[in-house]
Amino acid sequence: MTDTSLPARFERPSALSFLGYAAGILIFFWALNGAGFSLEKVLSSPPRFADFAARAFPPNLDPKVLERLGWKMVETLQIAFAGAAIGVILSLPVALLATRGLIFGSVITTTTRTVLSFIRAVPDIAWALVFVVAVGLGPFAGVLAITIDTIGFCGRFFADDMEAVDKGPAEGLTATGARRLDIAACATLPASAPAFVSTSLYAFEKAVRSSTILGLVGAGGIGIELKVGFDLFDYPTAMTVILMIAVVVILIEAFSTWARKSIIGEQR
Amino acid sequence: MRATRNSTTSSVSDLRTDTPPLTLGAVQTGAPASAPVSHGLPDHDVSAEGLTKSFGKTQIFSDVNFRLVRGEAVALVGANGTGKSTLLRCILGLIPIDGGTVELLGQDVSAAKASQMRQLRSKTGLVAQKHNLVPRLTVLSNVLHGLLGQQSGPRYWSQSFAPQAARDAALAALDKVGLAHLAGRRADRLSGGQSQRVAIARALIAQPKLLIADEPCASLDPSAGEEIMSMFFDLVRSEGVTVVFTSHHIEHALTYGDRVLGLAEGKLKLDATANSLAPSDLRGLYD
Repeated sequence: MTDTSLPARFERPSALSFLGYAAGILIFFWALNGAGFSLEKVLSSPPRFADFAARAFPPNLDPKVLERLGWKMVETLQIAFAGAAIGVILSLPVALLATRGLIFGSVITTTTRTVLSFIRAVPDIAWALVFVVAVGLGPFAGVLAITIDTIGFCGRFFADDMEAVDKGPAEGLTATGARRLDIAACATLPASAPAFVSTSLYAFEKAVRSSTILGLVGAGGIGIELKVGFDLFDYPTAMTVILMIAVVVILIEAFSTWARKSIIGEQR
Repeated sequence: MRATRNSTTSSVSDLRTDTPPLTLGAVQTGAPASAPVSHGLPDHDVSAEGLTKSFGKTQIFSDVNFRLVRGEAVALVGANGTGKSTLLRCILGLIPIDGGTVELLGQDVSAAKASQMRQLRSKTGLVAQKHNLVPRLTVLSNVLHGLLGQQSGPRYWSQSFAPQAARDAALAALDKVGLAHLAGRRADRLSGGQSQRVAIARALIAQPKLLIADEPCASLDPSAGEEIMSMFFDLVRSEGVTVVFTSHHIEHALTYGDRVLGLAEGKLKLDATANSLAPSDLRGLYD
């Protein structure tokens, strides 16, 4: 006899699910404790914020300061664009190495993905420190840091995009006897292009955000002005830097959204 | 109107089973066509013996035996999930088989090396239900890609860099399907019927010996589907290509196929010439 009664509104979790939820809650409180989370400090912080705001406002709008900060912001965008562009270009061959079932076997794809995981595991600011040691202080170290960071990001996501693409066109070419490289070039890469554009624009946004703080470790860009502002208790100038960064990042994100829509439309 | 065969009808009837056409899914046991001997005759493009395929613990089909005679059109019919598409892909070696053998153009598919398999496939073509065109490329580039089995390398990746002879061949293939005027259009700007025509042009440009069509008109409206089937079979018959196609349209199977193979319950339950079958004979496969 078929059961036609309404199902229960909520299903009782299994013992394993219940243990999982309980473990999640315990880990959350363990993490709060280890991170020194203090409600008392949170409640007592508004007066300190107010004190900082009082000292930082109005921001420093001296034309000479604005000109200096403006050129630093230009340098920041140059670091971001150069690093992201080189990174995106280098990510394409890396992604071909990392895409499972496309051209190479599992040894190469697994090795490449492991290397990409390592690159992503190291924060961009740490890469900047490494390149400052390797090539010296200045924006070039920042470009290299952004490049390697972009390869870690785009290499993995380009590969994921290629794995997720509709396999139909590739199968159609396989059936004609095409080689793997031909199939990748003629079916997989063109079909992945919209996803690549979208990922690349995210990489550029990410690069702009990263490049604003690389100056903290001497890798060029406007970050050094932020550090000097705080070190010298020149909070109005520091506030100007923060506001400039916010405006530029918001504009870049708006540009990125517009470009994504214009270039790939609704086809993602 | 049933299209006529040019040369191989007699050999088709010679090789098919002597048992009368089966109806209502009766199992074909011990019939000669379901247990072919290894013949090695040059007029067979495909020979499958004891073919078995499973996905995980689910057996799709087992002990499937058939042969495709050069130049014949074979309809493969059966309900959803009976493994028609899987069987077609097994023939081309696109998915591995679990048991039995498939001889494609005289070569054992399971034993073929990758390079041999590519060479074999360069003599075959696949027309799929979803057309499988590359959406962002031009129609001409998509057709040109049909040559990749024979002409590898970056010059054949896009019509922009292709040798003039290849571009001319692609345009001629498009002309055969009546779409030469759309050569420069992006593939994702085509209608379903136009896309399938381009897919047919891509499959035919390399002058294959064997064409596999997996429900070529399933995604089209009845009128466009009829038009595509008619055009497709006019072309393949004029060029003497062996065709195996799947279809849920019983009329298509009987109209365009010389022979009909029926899959049901994981077995090949029907192998008979289309002439000897009535629509009611096939309906049992769908019960």
